[in-house]
Amino acid sequence: MAFTAISEINDDIAKITLSGELDASTAPIFKEEVESIAGQDISKLVLLTEDLEYMSSAGLRVLIFSKQKMGADVQLYVVSPQEMVLDTLEKTGFHHSVTIVDEYAAVAR
Amino acid sequence: MTITERIDIHPTHNYENYKLRRGKPFPFGATLVPGGVNFSIFSSHATSCTLVLFKKHAEQPMVEIPFPEEFRIGNVYCMVVFDLDYENLEYGYRMDGPNDFAAGQWFDKTKILSDPYGKIMGGRDVWGVLPDWNDIYQHRSRIVFDDFDWEDDRPLEIEPEDQIIYEMHVRSFTRDASSGIKEKHQGTFAGIRDKIPYLKELGVNAIELMPIFEFDEFENSRINPETGEMLLNYWGYSTVDFFAPKAGYAATGKLGMQADELKALVKELHKNGIEIILDVVFNHTAEGNEQGPTISFRGIDNKTYYMLTPEGYYFNFSGCGNTLNCNNPIVRNLVLDCLRYWAEEYHIDGFRFDLASILGRDPWGFPLANPPLLESLAFDPILAKCKLIAEAWDAGGLYQVGSFPAYGRWAEWNGKYRDTLRKFIKGDATVGEMAQRLQGSPDLYAWEGRAPATSINFITAHDGFTLMDLVSYNGKHNQANGENNNDGDNSNESWNCGWEGVTDDPAINALRRRQIKNAVAMLMVSQGVPMILMGDELGRTKHGNNNTYCHDNQLNWLDWQLLETNVDLFRFFKHCIAFRKAHPVLRNRQHFQNQDYVGSGYADITWHGTKAWNADWSPDSRSLAFMLCGKHARQGTFTDNYIYVAMNVHWQANWFELPGLPTGMNWHVFANTGVPSPADIWQPGTEPQLENQTGMLLGDRSVAILVGK
Repeated sequence: MAFTAISEINDDIAKITLSGELDASTAPIFKEEVESIAGQDISKLVLLTEDLEYMSSAGLRVLIFSKQKMGADVQLYVVSPQEMVLDTLEKTGFHHSVTIVDEYAAVAR
Repeated sequence: MTITERIDIHPTHNYENYKLRRGKPFPFGATLVPGGVNFSIFSSHATSCTLVLFKKHAEQPMVEIPFPEEFRIGNVYCMVVFDLDYENLEYGYRMDGPNDFAAGQWFDKTKILSDPYGKIMGGRDVWGVLPDWNDIYQHRSRIVFDDFDWEDDRPLEIEPEDQIIYEMHVRSFTRDASSGIKEKHQGTFAGIRDKIPYLKELGVNAIELMPIFEFDEFENSRINPETGEMLLNYWGYSTVDFFAPKAGYAATGKLGMQADELKALVKELHKNGIEIILDVVFNHTAEGNEQGPTISFRGIDNKTYYMLTPEGYYFNFSGCGNTLNCNNPIVRNLVLDCLRYWAEEYHIDGFRFDLASILGRDPWGFPLANPPLLESLAFDPILAKCKLIAEAWDAGGLYQVGSFPAYGRWAEWNGKYRDTLRKFIKGDATVGEMAQRLQGSPDLYAWEGRAPATSINFITAHDGFTLMDLVSYNGKHNQANGENNNDGDNSNESWNCGWEGVTDDPAINALRRRQIKNAVAMLMVSQGVPMILMGDELGRTKHGNNNTYCHDNQLNWLDWQLLETNVDLFRFFKHCIAFRKAHPVLRNRQHFQNQDYVGSGYADITWHGTKAWNADWSPDSRSLAFMLCGKHARQGTFTDNYIYVAMNVHWQANWFELPGLPTGMNWHVFANTGVPSPADIWQPGTEPQLENQTGMLLGDRSVAILVGK
């Protein structure tokens, strides 16, 4: 499935909806979206990953990039990751660096 | 205007559909550069070199690109290849050149060779999956991403004398289902991360991992004729790639994320105050002897990388077929680059060098007075805060405990500590030598101005019996290794307490537990750095096998149910470790002076026996006691409690007269192994006062530790 990354900003929350397969060939698309958000006055970056089917090492890099690009003041959320993505986040320890939630409502609270 | 892309790196050459450019010789290996990958490899004797590129897991290469002659600078072939899908890429090299055994040249362009500087490796992605032996490229170099979210992590730089090391094997630690962690994490780096709370509770502040550089568990794999079981190269003391973490040790190995998983482990260990030391094997490689496989070095530059006899055979100082030519300047740089990489990229806190004496031999095998490699490592700016620990002997007969070229930096696995403690614990009369070992072996190290922390004190390690087996077996029982019990050390200095192996005899079992407690009590009050072997705190057994290098089964896997059955041992270890941490007088930075230099009225250390102030140094003495003056802690810079340790390795109980304390202080009992659990040990700080302040009866084969406060 083709990869897409669509971003949207509401108040101080930036959302990026990811779908398809995130690997070395598609990571630049995601990275570009992150860059377009960086520098804006937001406090939360929310990645909606319900339809993200696969994440490779290069995909993980963009998450790291997102966190470092946004800085320590911006909280990074991953919403409803599929099992493969969640598994990868856990094994590589990156789940400590982000907040993983089941649904978007948990972010807004 | 913003400039987002480099304009100075662009293709100048073409090969088929691939765009190329002259590369940079440094760094060696495959490095991501804007738009491409820089490949650089050294060979002093090759006549040509070809880069071989594979799509991940593909049987055949997608392209083979000969290095244009103008891309060679000196002996280095370097080239940038543009527009590669580097995440799904595997690469290797073919080298052409002379093939002349007597001259030590093994060039063979039919072989595809892995990169000596490869940062991750495919081919053995998942532990224990039988390889396809027909694969033309078994160990496939891959490219690693550089970034990791380290946040503010860096190596902990714990003072050497404050370390308490736990030696462990990645897979053995959590592979058994009794570990209780997620199945996918069992036996992996992620599994260790899950068990950090356990390590923290135990109190160790450094883990030392048996080899984690990529190795081939199927190297020399064979079927045990007696059991039909597959025997593997399980421990991994045979490196395939010095820069790559073992993919099979990562739950994410099949995704190629082993570097991330290991880094996540390091970061989490550091957050919990635990350092990570790697057991590194630079003495030989997995290419073995003349019959071994050609993986990398042999086909790239055999004569440079290996020590060869004048006839072209491999010297075998390692006991493993070949010997890496560590004091050749090229190999020396490889070792240095490798360790720098692990320190910088993985935030590794220290290294333990397997058979380190080989690193001090010249290219013809003679020991050097001033080995350049050891000196370079000692003075390297990037490794400046890393612990450097030598296994100060080799299989070629060089034994350098106490004389390893140290440059003020190197610590040593103290084999003499191990042997002396083992003899003393089983009841041999060795009080004179014991006194040296308890003090951090000043007889070995003080003369050269080396600190007590030079001595890595241990009673058990991966080689040899576990502590439970040390008190349960007189001899080794290695039949399961399929070598007719000929492998493994015959000199174990062990005692079975009256019965060989498992027994129902309650008296023998009680004695064994006491002996285990005696051992850890002595270890934790010794000056120097204590190291314990994974599982000894749980009474782990390997059923008398003292060389379990080949078993991927319960013989090696830690049985976590022991935590329930042997909770008294765990508790004893835990409190002994906490006691050591609570008392700086046990962790001195300099050797004792045997005098009072702070005006306390007591010398820094005093020796006693069954009579206070009167140690029995006679050749058949089996009792020894010592007292540490708390005012001399760390050369008088700390005020600590007084500590008195009495050791009775005699088969009869003995009355120990206690040395008097300064007015107002009393003796309190921290531990007495002669008393049944739980009164055998107290949480540090809660020690009850001793009723009789002038003496105590110490049971047979027992150790008591008192605190004067």
